[in-house]
Amino acid sequence: MNLTDEQMDRYSRHLILKEVGPEGQIKLLQSRVLVVGTGGLGSPVSLYLAAAGVGTIGLVDADVVDISNLQRQIIHTTADLNRPKVESAEAKLKAINPEVKVEPWLLYLDASNIDNIIRQYDFVIDGTDNFATKFLINDACVLAGIPFSHGGILRFDGQTMTVLPGRTACYRCCFHEPPPAKSVPSCSQAGVLGAVAGMLGTIQAAEALKFITGAGTLLTDSLLSFDAKTMNFRRIILRKRPDCPVCGENPTIIELTDSEREACGM
Amino acid sequence: MEIRLNGEPRFINAANLTVAGLLEMEQVPSPEMVAVQIDGEIVHRCSYHDTMVGDSNQVDLLYFMAGG
Repeated sequence: MNLTDEQMDRYSRHLILKEVGPEGQIKLLQSRVLVVGTGGLGSPVSLYLAAAGVGTIGLVDADVVDISNLQRQIIHTTADLNRPKVESAEAKLKAINPEVKVEPWLLYLDASNIDNIIRQYDFVIDGTDNFATKFLINDACVLAGIPFSHGGILRFDGQTMTVLPGRTACYRCCFHEPPPAKSVPSCSQAGVLGAVAGMLGTIQAAEALKFITGAGTLLTDSLLSFDAKTMNFRRIILRKRPDCPVCGENPTIIELTDSEREACGM
Repeated sequence: MEIRLNGEPRFINAANLTVAGLLEMEQVPSPEMVAVQIDGEIVHRCSYHDTMVGDSNQVDLLYFMAGG
């Protein structure tokens, strides 16, 4: 594959990065990334992936655009109210970069459909708003061997980690199991600063681009967390746990099951 | 004793302290909201009352965040 003159112009700022260059750009153009959730995190993630020339972007969301989304879900506009989020997002991604292929999945992921969907992609972004789906994505990606980025936000805080299944700590190595229902407030209950979604989502997008191009070192075996009130960022070193229920030596999770989805109201 | 809590030095005016006691001291509204890591090892949620925090331990409280 050779880059066209237009691609040389469009991606010129990537091409002059020695860690990306034409080789890295071609990898991006041939790559497939799945963004689960087209909300606060999925908005900046998918915008940056499309701008970067990720060849195929899958978008998963069964929701429609609500006016309370617009404070942070920057891919949607007031004119998109009541429109399916994946449709609204697809239009913006196409407008930024017409050569990107967008695959909309107008559904919620569950134990019966997730494996078939994630196996079609090279990297998965968790931009979901509930623990059930976050743990489902972790388990499905670990079992299928698909690398992914975990992301979570609440109030002024954000956290993210990148998981290379079988090689680095997974979400369950740290968080083990979903917290009991109602023990952790949701964003609709506790709020979230809109820009925090952008901060965290942009880190996730950068991780996806690094994974595909091979640039730098990934945010693996660690949890990056920040507090936007103080702008303190902290990287907590994690270990892949031998007793992890899904990626450990004697896993108890060997197939996927659904737990109740408690939406964060994102 | 002195521990490092979330990367910051913290003097604890007690000789014995469980993880549950620390969470209470830190006013964590519910122990289920956090994963607790001591010196790189995750403490299982059901042993917060039996696990002691010791001098110079590095304790990380990792909050669950579902928002996206």
